[in-house]
Amino acid sequence: MMRNALEIRGLGKAFGTNSVLRGIDLDLPAGQVTVLMGANGAGKSTLVKIMCGVQGADCGSMRLADEAYAPDSPHAALKAGVVTVHQSINDGVVTDLDVASNLMLDRIASQGGLFLRTSRLRREAQAIAAAVGLSVPMRMPVAQLSLADRQLVAIARALSHDPRVLILDEPTSSLSEAEARRLFDLIETLRARGVAILYISHRMSDIRRLADRILSMRDGVISERFESKPLDYSGAVRAMLGHEMTEVDIDIPAPGASVLAASALKLRADARPFDLTCRLNEVVAVVGLVGSGKAQLANVLFGLDAPVSGRMTLDGAAYTPRNPADAIARGVFMAARDRRTNAVIPDFDITRNLTLPFLRRHSGSGQAVRRSSERKLALRMIAEMGVKCQSHTDNILSLSGGNQQKVMVGRWMAEEARLLILDEPFQGVDIQARRDIGARIRDGSPNRATLVLVTELDEALEVADRILVISEGSIVSEHRNESIDVAAIMAEVADSPALAGNERQLT
Amino acid sequence: MTLQTKLVDLAIKFGFLLLMAGLIVFFSISAAGFLSPHSAVFVFQSVAITGILALGVTATLVVGGFDLSIGAVATSALMLSAYVMVVWELNAGVAIALCLLMGAGVGLINGLLIVKARVPDLLATLGMMFLLIGLQRIPTEGRSISTGMTLPDGSVARGSFSEFFLMLGRHRIDFFIERLIPLSVVFLLVVALLVWLFLELTRHGRLMYAIGSNAQAAHLAGVKVDRYKVVAYMISGTLASFGGILLAARLGRGDVASGTNLLLDSVAAALIGFAVLGAGKPNAFGTAIGALFVGVLLQGMTMMNAPYYTQDFIKGAVLVVALVFTFALSGRGSRGH
Repeated sequence: MMRNALEIRGLGKAFGTNSVLRGIDLDLPAGQVTVLMGANGAGKSTLVKIMCGVQGADCGSMRLADEAYAPDSPHAALKAGVVTVHQSINDGVVTDLDVASNLMLDRIASQGGLFLRTSRLRREAQAIAAAVGLSVPMRMPVAQLSLADRQLVAIARALSHDPRVLILDEPTSSLSEAEARRLFDLIETLRARGVAILYISHRMSDIRRLADRILSMRDGVISERFESKPLDYSGAVRAMLGHEMTEVDIDIPAPGASVLAASALKLRADARPFDLTCRLNEVVAVVGLVGSGKAQLANVLFGLDAPVSGRMTLDGAAYTPRNPADAIARGVFMAARDRRTNAVIPDFDITRNLTLPFLRRHSGSGQAVRRSSERKLALRMIAEMGVKCQSHTDNILSLSGGNQQKVMVGRWMAEEARLLILDEPFQGVDIQARRDIGARIRDGSPNRATLVLVTELDEALEVADRILVISEGSIVSEHRNESIDVAAIMAEVADSPALAGNERQLT
Repeated sequence: MTLQTKLVDLAIKFGFLLLMAGLIVFFSISAAGFLSPHSAVFVFQSVAITGILALGVTATLVVGGFDLSIGAVATSALMLSAYVMVVWELNAGVAIALCLLMGAGVGLINGLLIVKARVPDLLATLGMMFLLIGLQRIPTEGRSISTGMTLPDGSVARGSFSEFFLMLGRHRIDFFIERLIPLSVVFLLVVALLVWLFLELTRHGRLMYAIGSNAQAAHLAGVKVDRYKVVAYMISGTLASFGGILLAARLGRGDVASGTNLLLDSVAAALIGFAVLGAGKPNAFGTAIGALFVGVLLQGMTMMNAPYYTQDFIKGAVLVVALVFTFALSGRGSRGH
């Protein structure tokens, strides 16, 4: 039996009433790569934050090499020998400084003395860089490096601390294949040296290459462990995406006329073109992992990005929106994902958040907003969506996540859409809110086409008539939501290495 | 709700108005004649120009921006109006039209620098401020403009400020007492009312607040974010040039040295406005009260014979206190991040 470098017992963390981690038990044996898989919202990132000292746990304990470990800052974690390479590469480097300063940053930050001894700094940095096979000039500003080299800088910096535990959070999400291979070689070297590695990813190719054991995380607990060789990869994927028999019965109605038709749509230069049709009286779900092209699809449909090629028609007429305002004018609405960044107006109350996109409807010829008309709409939408609040003038941030999300979805249901796009509408909401929102999505569908983009198959099974799987920037399969072969779809969703390139931010 | 949180709530909501009332009581007791109508008129007159500029800054603050060029726009309008009337010998109407156009144009350039060239707002408007301070001195080689001055090419300027133009800054309207209310105060009230109506009651004002609170979300709700931002800077520039016109009309000459305090005073007024009635956000009513507060403070100190060089210090200190009222007490320091 391997010695455990890190042991975690009963770790819990809640934000308000929302429990994110509910009793995590996790061992990281020295000299092994432990892969942690989990869908969005499973609690992976919170777990990582606690392990690397960014957040504290509410309960539970951690032991590092048989000593109690409770870092109160990232620096404390680093000193104890737990180093983390974060998913977002630019979090790991200071782009304005040169390579040498980045590599020595922790030393510079913690050491006394007023002046930097630059030549010594560079010499030591060179040695650190050589250890990971990084060959770039030490004086080059990090801003001029490629993403892969930046990440190597971040990793090299982490390794200069002689880590006992190395946490890699989706490290290959922005690397090319050759760059990823370089990273894998490095990881194997470290494994041989006895470092315990926690590797967070859902790219099957990475996992096949590296994993000694796989843990699946779901809803704040480690749901299953796969430790005996040969590893059961598809079992791990099933455990990650999970599938409880859905309580929602879907009656698939007869779809109406085609609203949106896209032909030979190409989302990325290297992706296969595909066709897409959304019909009246039909809810279509697109299921795909982060990096599968879901975000690009949403951006293209809502006028945030132009497709590489292909054409789209809406109700038979050409559809080439140049910005969201264009799309909305044509009746294509989108409830964006990540509501806190992309949807919530924090200074506004519920009413004003609800009326934002169609404010013109509530203003007279003098452009003055009619409060009574706003109030009427707010009361109607609060009732329709089942928003739990004291009054329609409550500040939006005083609501729970689920109720905020109901307001954000309700905002787009206040008017008749031709095509309603809902990008991750169940993100960060509790199970009851998820059911409520799902029911509203289905209720309203006879007069419009509805497209729901989700990561979790469960969510698609709860709302959709038709399920499309997206992978590598292209729709790869289509399923009618009845007597569905869940395992087969899951294999399609997961067995596709997410392509190079992070999911693009909405801009 | 505990007694303590109730008290904090009250302090946030009425603290600033109480502070102002206290200040007025204090000055009334310690400075003879402070409470007279004529002293009040003096306060209003000094408030008029800063108030108009501050209302412009408020528009940019609402969309999450900031305009540091207002003071320079105002003094540029001062110099431009003098140049048009004294050197070119054109009439007041042309001078006013050119000044307002200049202000709107500067606002347009500021806005385009910020939304198209992606220059951060503080830097863009700071750069514009330096540019204008320099530019306004070039035509006269750094000298003030007045009738009879010798121009760089040796000729003598024969034009003069027209009576109509001077009236804008100097005329007083009878109100119970003869010649009590300066015309510029009427302009301030009208501008304040218009800006308030625009920001609070119209669709456009609402969308501008949405942009200031979460520009990304506003964009995804179909709001033309860039367009509104540019408009905000154009409002700011136009109002600043209007303030400059009133300053020129009051002074009656193109004085290169005046207007140096305009930026500090009007920015202070707009930021103090955050604290009025616990709004916690830029708003026209608060800005008007903020401008009045700055005016009361300056008039009171002047009447108490406080040396002029202490005034900036006291203004700064009051501004800091007002910002504490707004952000630390209410815990709403999230704006602008």
